[in-house]
Amino acid sequence: MAAPIDEPAVRHIAKLARLQLSEDEVRRYTAQLADILGYVQQLAAVDTANIEPTSHALPVTNVLREDVPGPTLTPDQALANAPQREGNFFGLPKVLDQEDA
Amino acid sequence: MEIHVQLATRSKMFCACLVEPGAPPNERVCPVCLGMPGSLPVINRRAVEFAVRMALALNCTVARFTKWDRKSYFYPDLPKNYQISQYDLPIGAGGHFRISTKEGGDRTIRIRRAHLEEDAGKNLHEGLDHTRVDLNRAGTPLLEIVTEPDLASADEAYAFATELQRLVVWLGVSEANMQKGQMRFEPNVNVSITEGGREFRTPIAEVKNLNSFRSVRNAVAYEVDRQRAQWKADHGYTLDQHGKMNFGWDDVRGVTEFQRGKEEAHDYRYFPDPDLVPVLFEPDWLSEQAASLGELPQARQARLRESIGLSEADAATITADRATSELFDTAIAAGADGKVLGKQFINFWSAQANAKGVSIAGLGVSATRIAELAKLTAEGIVSASAAAQIAEKMLGNEESPTAIANREGLVQVRDESATQAWVDQAIAANAQAVADAQSNPKKKQAAIGFLRGQVMKLSGGKADPKLVGELLEKKLSE
Ligand SMILES: [Zn+2]
Repeated sequence: MAAPIDEPAVRHIAKLARLQLSEDEVRRYTAQLADILGYVQQLAAVDTANIEPTSHALPVTNVLREDVPGPTLTPDQALANAPQREGNFFGLPKVLDQEDA
Repeated sequence: MEIHVQLATRSKMFCACLVEPGAPPNERVCPVCLGMPGSLPVINRRAVEFAVRMALALNCTVARFTKWDRKSYFYPDLPKNYQISQYDLPIGAGGHFRISTKEGGDRTIRIRRAHLEEDAGKNLHEGLDHTRVDLNRAGTPLLEIVTEPDLASADEAYAFATELQRLVVWLGVSEANMQKGQMRFEPNVNVSITEGGREFRTPIAEVKNLNSFRSVRNAVAYEVDRQRAQWKADHGYTLDQHGKMNFGWDDVRGVTEFQRGKEEAHDYRYFPDPDLVPVLFEPDWLSEQAASLGELPQARQARLRESIGLSEADAATITADRATSELFDTAIAAGADGKVLGKQFINFWSAQANAKGVSIAGLGVSATRIAELAKLTAEGIVSASAAAQIAEKMLGNEESPTAIANREGLVQVRDESATQAWVDQAIAANAQAVADAQSNPKKKQAAIGFLRGQVMKLSGGKADPKLVGELLEKKLSE
């Protein structure tokens, strides 16, 4: 069973998601997230002792496509909903270098 | 070591956008790689094949069942706020790969895993007060390879990186162009120090995104020195105290730069991607893939060394790329003597290739013509030095080496009477050398060498050195 949602957990998740939450929001989201997870937690009541674990709900495998290029969006379409546009780039406040892949 | 290899597919990992480095910004994007709500990823078959082939070549066990996981983190170049990767069931695991050491031995480096994932986009902020994001690269297939901690020095890291690149290019799974970032290395470096019967381990430094072999070697060497010095100054500078840290590499100044420590470590919250179903490999298909890998570069290098007697370095040069090594094999099959051909590859074909900035195969000279030149040399029809001149004239045309040798007067004269005349002439003109050769044991060898040179000179380089030697010896002993 996963750890219960408490205020430190919500602050941690908010930090990971680069969200700034007020104290009031932390309390509110803690309660909301705990409610949601509590609801899902009902599943724990099901006896799964003799059930093989799966990673997917569908009994489907090997859905692959051929390596053939298809149509792409134009930059105007791609950037249509961008909060800020810099030429044909998405624009944002300066972020520090942090390489990940 | 962690390595990211951009796979040479035409389209992206989970969408049909063309992979095209250098395309204008945000012109190779679609709802899938932009992470638009409601879009669904579909796996690129070729990327999976490339990953399997590479995993097999690294002697990994390929999973019968592999799945996709979301690795959550938040960064502007990652539109979905998660990267599709493989967490607990990578395509390949438990492999090994051999490298040659500087000292002439070899070492086996264990491969922990090889898994598929998607690349991020690019943030650009150089010289700007804000950040620009280009998502063309987002979704490009990457194969991440992770070794066990078996690399013991900067030189071994370098050897591993170069050897891995040769394999990747050989298999055609990536162009592995380092400047273009198609192959990126991240060494995880720490040092074990024993003092007073106690072992200390310095904190692990992960140096991110190295994109040249030189920077791999230099960054590892720099970290080893830095960590040793820091531990000397403060014995509390240990892995237990500090954990793992991330560093960048400043290639200009030749130093690493601290980026973040363990307290800021990511918490990726991996979970199975519900949008992608697992991939199951049929044993028959896996066997087919394994069988079609063919002879890998290390095996071919060993074969040239053992069956032809080439040196390790020469065999490595000839097997540096697949096309060149195939050119070599084809020329042998066409009748070239292996030793002579090996010498010619090393002595002049590779020099010409280097001068043009291509591989030997890239010179575009056919195996038949290359074999013919080796045969002319082996049979003594042209001398070794004449062969080099002929080779130069073989570029950019289809003329046969025999025709070039005839036209340029480079065919060795093996006519005995003509050669005898040059020998007589040389002997008549160099009385002192003749006297030394005949009666001064100390100077005999040098004098004969000198006379031989005079004969070759008189012949305009066309005399057969072997015949000259025989005739000289006979004349001097008269
Ligand atoms: Zn796309």
